Amino acid sequence: MIRLLLLLPFIGLMIVPFYNIREPYLFGFPFFYWYQLAWVPLTSLLTYIVYRSVRRAD
Amino acid sequence: MLTNVDSAAFAVFLALFILVTGMGFVASRWRKPETLAHLDEWGLGGRKFGTWITWFLVGGDFYTAYTVIAVPALVYAVGAYGFFALPYTIIVYPFVFAVMPVLWKVAKERGYVTAGDVVRGAYGSRGLELAVAATGVLATMPYIALQLIGMEVAIKALGLSGEVPLVLAFLVLAVYTYSSGLRAPALIAFVKDIMIYIVVIAAIAIVPSKLGGYGAVFSAADAAFAAKGSGGVLLSPAQIVPYASLALGSALAAFMYPHTLTGIFAASGGNTIRKNAMLLPAYTLLLGLLALLGYMGHAAGLKLASNNDVVPELFKTLFPSWFAGFAFAAIAIGALVPAAVMSIGAANLFTRNFWKVWVDPKVTPAGEAKVAKITSMLVKVGALLAILLMPTQFALDLQLLGGLWILQTLPALVFGLYLNWFSSTALLAGWAVGLAGGSWLAWSDGLKPLHGIDFGAGTVAVYTGVLALALNIVVAVVVNLVLKGLPQARLSREAA
Repeated sequence: MIRLLLLLPFIGLMIVPFYNIREPYLFGFPFFYWYQLAWVPLTSLLTYIVYRSVRRAD
Repeated sequence: MLTNVDSAAFAVFLALFILVTGMGFVASRWRKPETLAHLDEWGLGGRKFGTWITWFLVGGDFYTAYTVIAVPALVYAVGAYGFFALPYTIIVYPFVFAVMPVLWKVAKERGYVTAGDVVRGAYGSRGLELAVAATGVLATMPYIALQLIGMEVAIKALGLSGEVPLVLAFLVLAVYTYSSGLRAPALIAFVKDIMIYIVVIAAIAIVPSKLGGYGAVFSAADAAFAAKGSGGVLLSPAQIVPYASLALGSALAAFMYPHTLTGIFAASGGNTIRKNAMLLPAYTLLLGLLALLGYMGHAAGLKLASNNDVVPELFKTLFPSWFAGFAFAAIAIGALVPAAVMSIGAANLFTRNFWKVWVDPKVTPAGEAKVAKITSMLVKVGALLAILLMPTQFALDLQLLGGLWILQTLPALVFGLYLNWFSSTALLAGWAVGLAGGSWLAWSDGLKPLHGIDFGAGTVAVYTGVLALALNIVVAVVVNLVLKGLPQARLSREAA
C-alpha cells in the first residue's frame, strides 16, 4: 500500500490548472514555479519512504 | 578559424577538453576487468556500477548538453510552456523506481544487455525483438546528432568558427569510446556533472543579483512577453493539456531509450537503481533553475540571433571570460557523455538483436564486443555526417519523431514484466500501428509534437506520442482478445 505514495507526484503535477497561477509568490518566484520546484525534494522524500519499506525485497 | 577567440576562455576550454580526453583513454584500466573483449564489460562496464557511479552516469547521460542549451532557449522564447521539462523529469523517477529494478533483475539473471534481449526472452519472438531494437537505434541516431548541435553552440560561443573543431572533438570521442567502452563516459561523467553543477549554481546565485533579484527577472520576462504579444510566465488555457501530456509522455519515453537503459543495466543491483530514483532528482532541481536562465536572458536585455544563444550570451555578458570558457567546456563535455552512451546503447542493440540473430548466430563474446565497438564508431560518424550535411532542422524533426517512436516500445518492454497475458503478435501489431499512426499524425501536423482533438466543445491539443501510445495499447488489447477468442470460440461451439 505504501507504494501508492509514488502516485502523488503524478497527481500533484498533472493537475496543471491548480498551479498555473501567480499568487502566492515565494522569494520572487510565482506560485507556478516554486510549486513545481517544491515537488522535486518532495518526490525524493516520498521515494525514500517507499524505499525503506521495500529495500529488503531482493 | 581563430578569429574573435578570447585567449583566457580558450585556454580553460582546451585544458579541460584535454583532461577528459586523457580520462577517456585511461578509463579502459579503471576498475579493470579480466577482459574488455566481452559485451558485459565493454558495453555495460561489468554491471558493477554502484550508487554514486550510476548517479553520475545516468545524470550525465539523461540531462544532456542539448538540454542545457535548449531548455533555457525554449523558456526564453515561449515562457512557462518550456518548463514542461520540470514535471517531466520529476515524474520520471517514481516510474524508474517502480519498473527499472524489475527490468534490471531480469537482465542480470539471464545475461541480457539490451531491451531487445528482454523482449525476446519474454515472448520468444524474433519479430518483436527486431522491432524493439530497430526502434531503439532509429530513435537514438538523431539524439546523438542533437548532442553535436549542443557542442556546436558551445564551440561557436568560444569564437571558433568552421566545422573542424567539432569534427576533431567527435573523432577523439569515437576513438576512446571504441577502446574503453562504457567506462569512458562513466569516468568522464564525474567531471562533466561537477562542472555543470558549478556553472549552474554560479549562474543562479550570481546572475539574479546582477539583474536585481528573481522578482525583477520574472517581471522583465513578463514585460518581454507582453511586448512580443506571445508567450508568458504562466500557461495560456490552450497550453495546459499540451504541457501535462508532454510531461507525461516524455517521462514514460525517457527510460525506453538505449542510452538510459544502458545506464540502468550497468548498475550493480536493484537497490542501486532505487537509491538513484531518490537521488537523481537533484539534477532536476538544477534543470529547473537552469531553465530560468531563459528569463534572465530577458532581464539582461540580450539581443539574440538565435534562441539557442541565450545561455552562451548570458555567460559572455555577465561573467569573466575564463569562467565563460569553463561554462562552454562544461557544455561541450556535457555532450560527450550522452553521445558516448547513446552510441554504445545503439551498438549493443545492433550486435545482440541484429548481428547475432540474423548474421552470425555463433558469434563469440569477444566477437560481439568487436562488432559493437565498430558499430559505435559508425553510429557516431553517421551522426556527424548528418549534422554536417543536412539542415539542423532535420535532426530536430527526427529527434521529435524519435521520442514518439521509442514510446511505442513501452508495452513490449514493460508489460511483460508484470503480465503474462499479451502475445507477441498483439504487441507487434500495437507497436506497428502506434508507430505508423503516430508518425502519420505528426507528419500531417507539420512535424509538431501536438495533435488537436475535437471534443465538439472545442479542440484540445495533446502530445502525439501519448495518443500513439494509447492507440498502440488499444490495438494490442484488441488483437490479443481476438487471438485468444478464436480458439476458445471454436471450442465452445464444438462443445455445444
